[in-house]
Amino acid sequence: MTRAALGALFGHWRRSPLQLVMLLAGLALATALWSGVQALNSEARSAYARAASLLGEAELARLEATAGGGVALEDFAALRRAGWQVSPVLEGRAELGGQRVTVLGIDPLSAPPQGAAGTALAVADPVAFLRAPWLGFAHPQTVSELSDPGFEILPSAAVPVGTVMVDIGLAQTLLGGLARPDRLLIHPDQPATLPPLSEIAPGLQRIDPGAEDDLAALTGSFHLNLTAFGLLSFAVGLFIVHSAVGLAFEQRRTMLRTLRALGLPLRRLVGLMAAELLVLALLAGLVGLALGYAVAAALLPDVAASLRGLYGAPVPGTLRFDPLWALAGLGMALGGALLAGGQSLWQMWRMPVLAPAQPRAWAVASARTLRWQGAAAVALAGVALALALTGEGLVAGFILLGALLLSAALAVPPVLAGIVALAGRGARGPLAQWVWADARQQLPRLQLALMALMLALAANIGVSTMVGSFRATFIGWLDQRLVAEAYVTARDEAEAAALRAFLKPRVEAILPVWRAEATVAGHPALVYGTRDHASYRDHWPLLAAGADPWDRLAEGRGVLVNEQLARRADLWPGAEVDLPAAGRFQVVGVYSDYGNPRGQVMLGLDQFVQAYPDAPRLQHALRLPVAEVPALLAEVQDRFAIPSTLMSDQASAKALSLTIFERTFAVTRALNVLTLSVAALALFATLATLSGMRLVQLAPLWALGLTRRRLAVLDAARTLALAALTALLALPVGVLLAQVLLAVINVQAFGWRLPLMLFPGDWARLIGWALLASAAAALLPALRLARSAPGDLLRGFSAER
Amino acid sequence: MPQPALTVAHLVKTFATGEGVLRVLDDVSLQLDAGQSLALTGESGSGKSTLLHICAGLEPADSGQVHVAGQAVTGASDSARAALRRGAVGLIFQQFNLIPSLTVGGNLAFQARLAGRHDPAQVSALAHRLGLEALLTRYPEQLSGGQQQRVAVGRCLAARPALVLADEPTGNLDEATGDAVLDLLLEVAADAGAALLLVTHSPRLAARCGARIHLRAGRLEAP
Repeated sequence: MTRAALGALFGHWRRSPLQLVMLLAGLALATALWSGVQALNSEARSAYARAASLLGEAELARLEATAGGGVALEDFAALRRAGWQVSPVLEGRAELGGQRVTVLGIDPLSAPPQGAAGTALAVADPVAFLRAPWLGFAHPQTVSELSDPGFEILPSAAVPVGTVMVDIGLAQTLLGGLARPDRLLIHPDQPATLPPLSEIAPGLQRIDPGAEDDLAALTGSFHLNLTAFGLLSFAVGLFIVHSAVGLAFEQRRTMLRTLRALGLPLRRLVGLMAAELLVLALLAGLVGLALGYAVAAALLPDVAASLRGLYGAPVPGTLRFDPLWALAGLGMALGGALLAGGQSLWQMWRMPVLAPAQPRAWAVASARTLRWQGAAAVALAGVALALALTGEGLVAGFILLGALLLSAALAVPPVLAGIVALAGRGARGPLAQWVWADARQQLPRLQLALMALMLALAANIGVSTMVGSFRATFIGWLDQRLVAEAYVTARDEAEAAALRAFLKPRVEAILPVWRAEATVAGHPALVYGTRDHASYRDHWPLLAAGADPWDRLAEGRGVLVNEQLARRADLWPGAEVDLPAAGRFQVVGVYSDYGNPRGQVMLGLDQFVQAYPDAPRLQHALRLPVAEVPALLAEVQDRFAIPSTLMSDQASAKALSLTIFERTFAVTRALNVLTLSVAALALFATLATLSGMRLVQLAPLWALGLTRRRLAVLDAARTLALAALTALLALPVGVLLAQVLLAVINVQAFGWRLPLMLFPGDWARLIGWALLASAAAALLPALRLARSAPGDLLRGFSAER
Repeated sequence: MPQPALTVAHLVKTFATGEGVLRVLDDVSLQLDAGQSLALTGESGSGKSTLLHICAGLEPADSGQVHVAGQAVTGASDSARAALRRGAVGLIFQQFNLIPSLTVGGNLAFQARLAGRHDPAQVSALAHRLGLEALLTRYPEQLSGGQQQRVAVGRCLAARPALVLADEPTGNLDEATGDAVLDLLLEVAADAGAALLLVTHSPRLAARCGARIHLRAGRLEAP
């Protein structure tokens, strides 16, 4: 019995291979986009975990200077003398072998045994690691990228990509000579009685593992963005699956009724249909995983570059296969298929044996469904509004985004039905009236594809508007912010002093870029010493300011903070803030600081030098006529032999910033295009599946005197009209989405809010592409209709509809 | 002298099958004048529906001629045949084939409007005569079979065709309803002066037409 029933069920797919392909393609694409994004996230997270495990820092507490600026040697010595088992670590970015890398300095003799560093050290001569001619370790990928670093570097997979692990003595040299250890790792095994930290080194604070923003937390918003996109793509893909399963159910309704009438128990029939769905889901899931792996492998280099550029996160550019990821992807495929096919299974479960073979009574069911969809759309819009007014945090932001998109998608069928009904009332000729009436009748079958199209278009418009607004703001901001014509960094303090003396008569102004790390209002931040100069007064982009902010900064009576810190710590003009070692200051202004995840404070130069005497004073911005920049940089290079990587002109600095910006959004753009492609496929799948049913519906009109060609043109025009209306609906939703991304998600994820800018040209182009895709999707069924043989149409006169 | 509503001369139609060529219509000729009704009977597969489809320009013939109201159907272009169906021919099918997206009122007026002969007063009168006045705002799926076929009859006759081609119009209805629908069809067609070619299996229904012919293995013979 089961075998016979299975044969009958599968017979449908044999006779409708295109429908089967669309079902599999929808699920495979949904799985591919979701699992592709998850592969990217998982690769990045495992890279962060590897970085944390190198020194066992995920499990170890550490000591850091409360005021920032590193741990003083005296404090380290005092702790060791008092019996504290601590090990110094120095970490910083430096140019090495032609690449910008993270230099990680450790003391191999006192390093805790928890980390993977020991694994690397075990294979080499420890003495060679401790003294000249020196020895270092790096990831094989990093080793291959470095050309002549000046000492031997051995490959070790234990070291994160982009990091070179060396002895702390060498690290100090590489990082500018006077750099202090930035943390002391506390061994888990300490003597029973230890004098308290406050007595020995009151300037240090203990930080427990996981207590502070680490790399994973810092990059969390980036990954959440990716996950949200993956979920959106998955949802759009599920629309295809739901549509294909629903149509297959409708087409098999007569056969299912017959099977039951012939004695197949309902439970067995539903079980077989569920099993059929799961087998198809498994097949599609496997294909989707392979595609997802390919998508992730293609996008990973851009993601890795973004994460390195934005956060200095050590993510390799190559992908590894993780069985857990594959299992999770298959789980999503199976779950998604059951979710998409659940409604059909439920309908089957509830269908009486003698149910009419015709599809549901259209007029009744359609009106009821439209009412339900309209009510749900209004309710979700209410949720979105409530969240917009009262919600806080990134998760609330994404729920707002989800509610907004779902509400808009659910509103598509009732709104389209209303527009089409109005158009039908206004239509004069019988054909125009029929076209609109037919469009209304086709809506329930096309609605899923149109909803998918709306979601994809709104996401595209929203994201492209957000990226466009960000880009325009960012470029304007760069023009203001990168006001200096050249930037030069010395390798040590002696060289820096000599450089300043050399440059003084040759440039209009030397603006120090000196900074120290500090914890400000509970948040990690960088404090910059700022010279009073017209370059800042005339160009620095202030978002909010009190009276005379630059005068008050120059006089040491106030500080400026960046937008990120202002939003995180609620530090707006008029507020007061404690700067470790420098004192209490009033915030006199807030400046925009795009592309930087960390907080920043601008302090007057005199106060900075006084409060942070040991901060490196190596980097300088130079003001001089643009035409003189190449000659000056060449002169500096000749005189000081400073590597070209430590010098840049304004154009190079802007180009570098823009490159990082473009790569950051390359992934978003790629996912956008993929999502739109999936939506176009959903429309094509639905129209292709419906085309067989359409012949039966259009045959009477042919019999009444309309040519096949005219019917085909009208049918394609109807599809295009619905797609165009959907696209027009997507426009305001997309702009609203952009506003949420700019004013809510960006603020929560990155700490900055951007102005909304409108790009009608881009939108017109995007809608044009969507209409072209819809026309392409409508073309095949229309051609099929135009070329259909009279016999095919005549069969329609006796078929069940 | 008025043109005959339908002239069929030496019509031949064959179909290729797995077992060779099947001659479905073999030298069929007939004529039907305005206001006449003719019943066409025959076994299943005898070619009745094929003859009707060729007369309507829905299917091409291998040879022979068909003229409707003096206009050639065979040999005409696709668009010319479509124009003929809009203006001169009215079709009624066993499966009703109403347009599901239009209301009863919309269906009744549809073909007349396509033909450019829409007369609201006439459509109203037809609706009254066919007992459809109370159903004008309903959709086809909300009607019974008999009601749907009455709408199909009204749609066809509202366009005032010269020739009505009805293919088993009562085949899906019970005897009483079928009789009532046929009564209406014969009456209204006669009043409109339209010729009626009725394809049916039923000798009882065929007997109610003015004339009767029988198709056996593709050839016409006396009943």
